[in-house]
Formats: sequence, C-alpha cells, structure tokens
Amino acid sequence: MKIVVTVKLVPDPNAVRRIDPATKRLVRAGVETALNPFDEYAIEAALQLKERLGAETTVTIFTMAPESMKESLRKALAMGADDAVMLSDPALEGSDVSVTSYAMAQALKKTGFDLILSGALSDDGNTGGVPGALAEYLGVPGLTNVRKIEEIGDGRIKAQRETDSGYQVVSGPLPALVTVTMAVGEPRYASLKGIMGAKKKTISTLSAADCGIDRLVGSDGAKMEVVSIAAPKAREKARVVEAEDGAAGAQAILDFLRERKLV
Amino acid sequence: MNLDLTAEQEAIRRTVREFARERVAPRAEEMDREEAFPYDLVREMAGLGLMGLPFPEEYGGSGADTVSYALAVMELARADASTAITMAAHVSLGAMPFYLFGTSEQKERYLVPLARGEKLWGFGLTEPNAGSDAGNTQTKAVLRDGKWIVNGTKAFITNSGTDMTAGTTITAVTGKRPDGKPEISNLILPQDAPGFTRSKKYRKMGWRASDTRELVFTDCEISEENILGARGDGLKNFLTILDGGRISVAALSVGLARGAYDESVKYAKERHAFGKPISKFQAIAFKIVDMATEIEHAELMVLKAAWEKDQGRDFVQSASYAKLYAAEVSHRVVNDAVQIHGGYGFMDEYPVSRMYRDQKINEIGEGTNEVQRMILAKLIGL
Repeated sequence: MKIVVTVKLVPDPNAVRRIDPATKRLVRAGVETALNPFDEYAIEAALQLKERLGAETTVTIFTMAPESMKESLRKALAMGADDAVMLSDPALEGSDVSVTSYAMAQALKKTGFDLILSGALSDDGNTGGVPGALAEYLGVPGLTNVRKIEEIGDGRIKAQRETDSGYQVVSGPLPALVTVTMAVGEPRYASLKGIMGAKKKTISTLSAADCGIDRLVGSDGAKMEVVSIAAPKAREKARVVEAEDGAAGAQAILDFLRERKLV
Repeated sequence: MNLDLTAEQEAIRRTVREFARERVAPRAEEMDREEAFPYDLVREMAGLGLMGLPFPEEYGGSGADTVSYALAVMELARADASTAITMAAHVSLGAMPFYLFGTSEQKERYLVPLARGEKLWGFGLTEPNAGSDAGNTQTKAVLRDGKWIVNGTKAFITNSGTDMTAGTTITAVTGKRPDGKPEISNLILPQDAPGFTRSKKYRKMGWRASDTRELVFTDCEISEENILGARGDGLKNFLTILDGGRISVAALSVGLARGAYDESVKYAKERHAFGKPISKFQAIAFKIVDMATEIEHAELMVLKAAWEKDQGRDFVQSASYAKLYAAEVSHRVVNDAVQIHGGYGFMDEYPVSRMYRDQKINEIGEGTNEVQRMILAKLIGL
C-alpha cells in the first residue's frame, strides 16, 4: 500500500509571528521552517499503519513548497517515512486554497497513492480547506477528522470520525483521503538512527510542468484575495481587588460575577 | 574554520531538546524528591537510541559522533542532571570499555544489549580508599582453577544496582609487575556472580534520581575469561575511559548551567521589585550576561574536545580544560541563579534549588578540579 502524507512547511510555531502589511503574508525571513504540527499527527498515523500492514507499505511525504525548504522535510524522514516528493515551482507562489489543491492533485496523480493522510489544518494559514478540495480534485472520498483507522485493505477503509458528541464509523473505497485529529496518538520523536539514516533517503522534486499543471496558478490564479488584516484586540488589563479579609474578597468576586451576569 | 553543526548534529540536538523539555523536565522535581530511578525514561531513551548513541549500528548503537553525544548530554542535563548522568555514565563508562577493549565475542555478548539500552552497566574504579589516587586499588583477584576469586569494595558506582543492571567492570590487582608495582587488570563482574553484593542506594545531596551504590566482593567467583583487555592494562585502559568521560561531565556541567540560566532569565523578567522587572536592574542583568558569556565559552570548549575526539586526534588536554572550566562555570552559574531567585531560590519547588545541589558533583566526578589541574600542569610541562 502506498501511503502519501501531505505536509505543509510552516514558520516555527514557537517563534513570534509577524505579518508584513505590504504583502499581507507571514514574514518568514529569520524564522525557522518546521513541519505543520497537525501534519505530524498524520505522519504518526501513517507510520502506525506501516507498522500494522508490514514491509510492503510505504510512506511518502508530499509537500508543495519552495525547493529551499527541502531540508525541513528531513524530520519526517527521520521519524520513519520512506521518501519525500516536493512540488516546487516559482509559478505556484501566492496560491490560495483552490489553486493549491488543484496543483497538489495534479502532482499526486503523478506520484500515485492508495491513501492520502493529512493534518486537519495548517498552523499558519488555518483555513482547513485544502484536504477537502484536494479530495474533490482527485475524485476520491474524503474522510475528515478521523481519530482511528479501524480497518484498511481489500480496496476499502473503515474509520472513526470524531464529532461534537461522539464518533461515527464511516467506510469508503480506496484510494481515499483522510484527515486525522490529535487522537491518533502523539507524534513520535525521531530516533537517532532515524536521524542518521534520513540523509540517505530521497527527496525528489516535481515542477508545475512535470505534473501537467496547465491552469493559471500562484497569485495570478488565486480566486481569493486577502483584503485586509487586523491584530486581535488587546485584552483589557486585569482588575486587582484588594480585600480586607476572605469574606470581603468573596463578596468582591460575587459582585464582579453578578455585574457580568455570570451568576 | 567552520563552527556550524552538521544537519544530523543539529537534528539530534533538537530532538533531545524536545524530549528533555517534554518528557524529562516535568518529572525532575518529583524524581529528585522521591529519589526515584526513572526506568520508563531510560526505556524511552533506549527507544530513541540515546543509550547507545556513539556506537556503530552493528553493535546496536546509533552510529552518531562525539559532538552529537555532547549535545545530547547537554540537553538532558539542562532539564535534569540525574537523567543526564544515568545516560552519560551508561554510555561513556558502562558500555565504552567493551567497545574499546572488548573481544568481538565480548562486544556481541555485553556491548549489544547495553547499546540497545536493554541493560545497564557500571564502572568500578573508585574505592573507599582510592579516589584521586585510583592506582591505589585494594581490590584483589587471584586466578585459581580457571576462576578469578575477587575480594574488595568499590564506592560510588553509578547504575550499579538498578533492576536492569547486568553487571560492573572493575579494576583489581591481579599480581605484581616485574618492577614490583601492582599489576592491575579489568574484570567483568556479572550481577549474579556468587559473592557479589550491592549496598542500598546512597542517599545523596544531588543526582538523587540516579542509582549509586557500594559494591562488595567476598570470595566472588567469575570465569577466567571475564577479563577485559590485556592482563595488566587495567588502570591504563580505565584512565583512557576517563579521558572520554571528561567530555561527558563537561557537557553535563554546561547543560546544568544552561538550565539554571534559563530559569534565571525567566524569573528575572517575571519578578518585579521597586516597580519594575528585576531584569531591568544592572545588578541582575550583569549577572545574567556573565552567566551567558561563561556558558558560551564552556560550551565551545566542550565541543572542541568532542570534535578533536571525532577527528581521531589527541583530545586529552582539551577534555581536561573543558571539564575543569565547565565544572567551575556551573558552580558560579547555579550560585548566581539562586541569588537572583532570592528566597524562592532556597525553596524546593524552584528548579534552581535542585540545580544548586546537583552541581557540586560536577567538580568531583571523573577527576576533581584539583586532578584536572594536576593533569594540565603535567601536560603544560610544569
């Protein structure tokens, strides 16, 4: 079985983020690039499946990103993925959800897959739109918010989808696309052996032309435009109440809660 | 000259840093309080490949270099010195003698499970009356009917009595050299050798979650083949192990200092006095800057010694410089870290109080500051 995990390379989630008001994009200069944390859960799910299904199952990491970010994929390979494929083309810069999904679909048709695993959303863009659109472009079922893959094989997949009130068991034909939740299990640490071995693994690159991408892509093809950006309102300063004793303190808290109609 | 780490070294540092921050640091206070040996963390470290970090894959190791090893020890010690010494003593003292001096059969039998982190192993050099003068070993072994009969006591032996410890390698006097001096050899003492007993864990000021015991051999019988290296090379070989071990303790000192520094920066920014964060007072800011400067200096010294070892060069002098300087830096840093924390620094729930206790042994283990100065005085030619 060929499992492809789609990952996004995002600015280090622990770094302070800044948006360039001119381009309305995240400033990436001087900020390290990391795997989108949600996608690490998809990698974990893929590696669990590989352990379950045995040696004939392969895990390929797929990303659409500038080639300069290539080395940031090593972590995924160190975790245990077999190889990686990048779709890199300057023409893709500035792609929105729709164009990104179209371009990814063209590339994934080329690489081939039985199962695509993906994080539910990205840490930077936060749209959560790509996996669904990607499934549409590929014409495969999209199973979203999966917490557990119950069965896979004989051309079908059966999985538990997380909902607000519990979970649904859904089933569909393969090939399919699955987005996972954090319930699949904490992403494993890369072992030292994995790190040492990752440099020998292949990261290949596809251009837009390689994948037969013939529509307008990048910012020229984007249908959505960021019109303006605004910082969230700063939180009000906390009110500090100094009370004579416990009873007065309790009264102050009660008054506060009543004033806000919380009790 | 190039001071960049390789991509692998950088990745190993990042991975161990994450592991130490997420898995080790939250447990450090409790482990110290309960003097609890962290079997589960050792298993996790084994899974990551840390317990066999520098050994080739064919012996169950991860095949990484000494620079990576030093970085890993630093990151662990930054979170918890006990966990760091458990890993470092296992790798550089427990397993390393088999790697450097073992026959291929001994490597297969002993090194492989150690490098995989399935078992732990001790290094029995120090005795109650032989510390800095390690050559004054009183433990004796006599060869009789194809068996070594061992009698003696070893003191302060790390990892020697856990449930996953498989044995300890020791120095013992095995005869007399032609020049009349004692002949010292290394012997392999499996945990179940008849006549081999271990004390309860010592109660210690620091490194409290690490396992340290006294070992007693009373007419202890082992097979003749349980000799490691050539007969008579025991002291020389163990001192070679200590040369490498100095990189461990130097790295441990840098990591501990870095941990105390991290806490100090955090606290100095949070704590307000006289209407502003105490980090805005020069008395505090300068202390922190001095810490950062000295840590940077010590870290470079450790990495240089590790790099020389990786290049196959003589690293004895660099390792000794690094050990001496880093140990003394860790002393100054934890002292200032507690001072910056004021009264809170004296309280158990603040990590700097544990770090203060954990620090002292850095100036004693693997050769005291004084022994480093003796080594260096000789190397300088004084």
